[in-house]
Amino acid sequence: MLEAVGVKNINELYNNVPQEARGASFNLPNHQGEIEVERILTTLANKNQPAGSGPFFIGGGCYNHHVPATVDHIIQRSEFLTAYTPYQPEIAQGTLTAIFEYQTMIANSTGMDVANASMYDGATSVAEAALMAKRIKRKGKINYIGNLNPQYLEVLQTYISNFDDMQLVQGEPDADSACVIIQNPDYYGNIQGLADLRTKCDEVGALLVVAVTEFLSLGLLPAPGEADIVAGEAQSIGVPMSYGGPHLGFFACKQQYLRQMPGRLCGETVDKDGRRSFVLTLNTREQHIRREKATSNICTNQGLFALAFTIHMALLGEHGFKKLAKLNHKIACNLADELAKIPGISIVNKTYFNEFLVQLPTSINATELVNKLANQNIFAGLAVGDNQLLLAATEMVTEEHISQLVAAIKAEV
Amino acid sequence: MSEVKDNLKYTQEHEWINTDGGNIVTIGITDHAQNALGDLAFVELPEIGKQVSKGDEVAVVESVKTASEVYTPVSGEVVEVNEALTDNPGLINTAPYDNGWIAKVKLSNADELNDTMDAAAYTQHIS
Amino acid sequence: MQDLLQKTAIKPAVNNSNMDVKPDWEYLARSRGLNFEEPLLFEKGKTGASGVDLPDVEDFNLRTGQDERATIGLPEVSEPQVMRHFVRLSHLNYAIDLGLFPLGSCTMKHNPRINEKLSRLPGFANIHPLQPESTIQGALEVIYNVQEWLKELSGLQAVTLNPAAGAHGELAGMMVIKKAHEHKGSKANIVLIPDSAHGTNPATAVACGFKTVTVATKGDGTVDYDDFKSKLSPDVAGIMLTNPNTCGIFEPDVKKIADDLHNIGAYFYCDGANFNAIVGKVKPADCGVDVMHFNLHKTFSTPHGGGGPGSGPIAVTDELAKHLPIPIVEKQNDSFTLNCDAEQTIGRLKGFQGQFGMAVRALTYMLSHGGDGLKQVAEDAVLNANYILSQLKEHYDVPFEGTCMHECLLSDKLQKANGVTTNEIAKTLVEYGIHPMTVYFPLVVQGAMLIEPTETETKASLDHFIAVMKMIAEETAKGEGAKFTEYPISAPRKKLDELKAARQPVLKWG
Repeated sequence: MLEAVGVKNINELYNNVPQEARGASFNLPNHQGEIEVERILTTLANKNQPAGSGPFFIGGGCYNHHVPATVDHIIQRSEFLTAYTPYQPEIAQGTLTAIFEYQTMIANSTGMDVANASMYDGATSVAEAALMAKRIKRKGKINYIGNLNPQYLEVLQTYISNFDDMQLVQGEPDADSACVIIQNPDYYGNIQGLADLRTKCDEVGALLVVAVTEFLSLGLLPAPGEADIVAGEAQSIGVPMSYGGPHLGFFACKQQYLRQMPGRLCGETVDKDGRRSFVLTLNTREQHIRREKATSNICTNQGLFALAFTIHMALLGEHGFKKLAKLNHKIACNLADELAKIPGISIVNKTYFNEFLVQLPTSINATELVNKLANQNIFAGLAVGDNQLLLAATEMVTEEHISQLVAAIKAEV
Repeated sequence: MSEVKDNLKYTQEHEWINTDGGNIVTIGITDHAQNALGDLAFVELPEIGKQVSKGDEVAVVESVKTASEVYTPVSGEVVEVNEALTDNPGLINTAPYDNGWIAKVKLSNADELNDTMDAAAYTQHIS
Repeated sequence: MQDLLQKTAIKPAVNNSNMDVKPDWEYLARSRGLNFEEPLLFEKGKTGASGVDLPDVEDFNLRTGQDERATIGLPEVSEPQVMRHFVRLSHLNYAIDLGLFPLGSCTMKHNPRINEKLSRLPGFANIHPLQPESTIQGALEVIYNVQEWLKELSGLQAVTLNPAAGAHGELAGMMVIKKAHEHKGSKANIVLIPDSAHGTNPATAVACGFKTVTVATKGDGTVDYDDFKSKLSPDVAGIMLTNPNTCGIFEPDVKKIADDLHNIGAYFYCDGANFNAIVGKVKPADCGVDVMHFNLHKTFSTPHGGGGPGSGPIAVTDELAKHLPIPIVEKQNDSFTLNCDAEQTIGRLKGFQGQFGMAVRALTYMLSHGGDGLKQVAEDAVLNANYILSQLKEHYDVPFEGTCMHECLLSDKLQKANGVTTNEIAKTLVEYGIHPMTVYFPLVVQGAMLIEPTETETKASLDHFIAVMKMIAEETAKGEGAKFTEYPISAPRKKLDELKAARQPVLKWG
């Protein structure tokens, strides 16, 4: 082949490389076979304590849910795993049809009119919602009320810091606000009604952005139809925790804001034979066409995990999704009841879905408790402040797990 | 062969101006422009009341694969927009000089019209 | 070539141009052989089924303080139905595992399955990002190791794996540059970007609050150094340069450009989308790069998954390391920790720690290839692209003379005169079972076709692609190009009405 190309040495094809960069040496190990690589990675994996190794109650924006075997099996099919962004729709109807189904599921679950083909994660999705609100309302003030996930807050702050004419402010919106963001259930699991906030938004001309970090809550709570934009995290459905990524940001909004949406959109059309087909559409919003005037710089989304979500939701279905949500709530209620029996322990929340805040006696340091229990293979949620624990209970929690947690905490109290 | 109407004025960026309305001019894009863009999928219209300066972006016309800015050749206030384009952006393709008009601007400086081209000059420009 | 031409005479078995599409059995009635027609999940009717066995939950008093959720609008199907649905859909997708996928700047190389196996170890898949650090030391070590590999490969001093994709890495990189300027009291706010750049570059610069100024590409496909010089001013914060560039050429003036920028206190951001051409062979730091991003889903074989997830780590110089996004993975003696306290950081860019699952896959790839293997990857990628160029340069217009790097750029100039454009060439490739190359990009060349075969293609695979491209050129030259405007005729769908999709957007069912 070198002959066909007309060179004697491969280095002749690197002639443009400056002298100082030629002949670089790299301090890297040589190649290794599959057996050795497996051994190395397995050793690393074994240094971690996975959720399955004991009672697990950590939430805080990432949840330990069950992923049915079917989901993982299908997403590993070559035609899905090694496919690309469906820019050639004639040979990508598999991916496109699944995206269309995904968009439908997200829109229906959130009570919105339209949804995009996914975002990186919940935090960046909410940040993009703020930027979108600014574009629509032409105002730079972004409000948030209540307990927003601290990481979401940080990411919002980072995105907004790029613009001199934007600021993030806590409190109800006013005439200068582009939008107000509220997380529901909030970071500590409290559930809020949205009617009053909707009224306020209408009064001052601001958009209502609802952030959802536990997607399963949409199976039990009323759809946040009062919102203009619903954005957040769908990792709970079909996506493993995977130490924080890849997860699955979702983004949905009312019809009238369609052209200001970030991200890819899949739409329905027909081909020349009149057959229903799907295609990426409204591309002129995106970076590859609009460049500096794009609605976002986002290119790659979370494709394979949007598919995983779609498969999992398909398996759950209308009844399964609601049942799973109710089951989570039931288990959380059981956990709360058992914990409340421990002297000195109380449940802070009046309302919750599958996550709530627990008050410990002042003599117990929450962080120390969490670390101590972790050594016993019990993951007792997240420490909040000095004396509180944020606990999540999913369908993976058994009565035995609850007993173990209760016994372990009792021993410390 | 693109159509160029004699009674209109033109710009380098392929906009046309109809000055029949005295102080209020109508603007749109030329037959040459719509031909180059292809079938239009969407038109982003300006807000009524918007104050514009000569050369400002006043609208965006989008085909499936491109988006092009439309610049106002005159300064003033946008007093009317062609709402019909919202449901039927293809009017720009079928009737770029008539039903495909984009916006009407109330002039703040009539002298700016001197910077435009006449039909002959525009025909030369696109050939 | 006769063989190839004969194959185009295959007509589809079903031709129902006026058929009103109805759900399920009527779809199935139109299936033939292994070509399935499949309705949407929502069209399979309300069966009350669920594909997940869950224990019953007796009624109890809810503590949500709200009414229970009303109808949602989700499908109602069983597990076998779900399986068939998606397996049938998978038949409608082209994929790397089916054939050549020569998309320029996408690096569609083979995705090793060991990546998938190891990322699914419970010790990687079932760990929560907020677990106590003592319980996830292995995870932090994975991230740290990938960081060390990328440091060595780039020649730079600090790396973060936080950005979720290439464009996100660009955002991180440009925010680091912006922060560096603020830190030293500079008000520079202009970013220079070549007109050949990928759209994410200007979109990112603007998302950071920068203004953009375009630098021209000259006749040989490289950045016009004189134009660059003329646009250099104290207001320039940096440049965003893809190297090798989107025309498939290694920028020869890269060091000069870097030095000029450094002399005015500006920074060199390198878009690493095309790293596959130089990985393990050239260190970007040696070319004066201050910040670069990597696409793990390009160079390091993590799967494309139909459009993601990606992963866009960035590497920076010592000076810029303090501005990296949090959290930062650090090694202290023999243990690892997450540092969220960096004072001069640009902040948090996404939840948790980045696309960890992709880091596991990338590390698997890096260990499998080693330094020697990665160098081989780059050289093979460059050789394959040049082989294609050498075989097609007599048949297609080559806008920029000379050899190329890992991708070659052609145009439809010679074929256009006979009525065949890049679009028809692409659709003909579809007809012949090959995914088209990147078309109409970069914008600096009319009718551009950017071809990147990658190193994992055999010579036979390249020869087949070359044969089809030659056939198209020869048929067109003979005046027989009209048939190409009909293609594809064998794909599951043909010539979609994209205008209708844009004019009347329908983005969900029902």
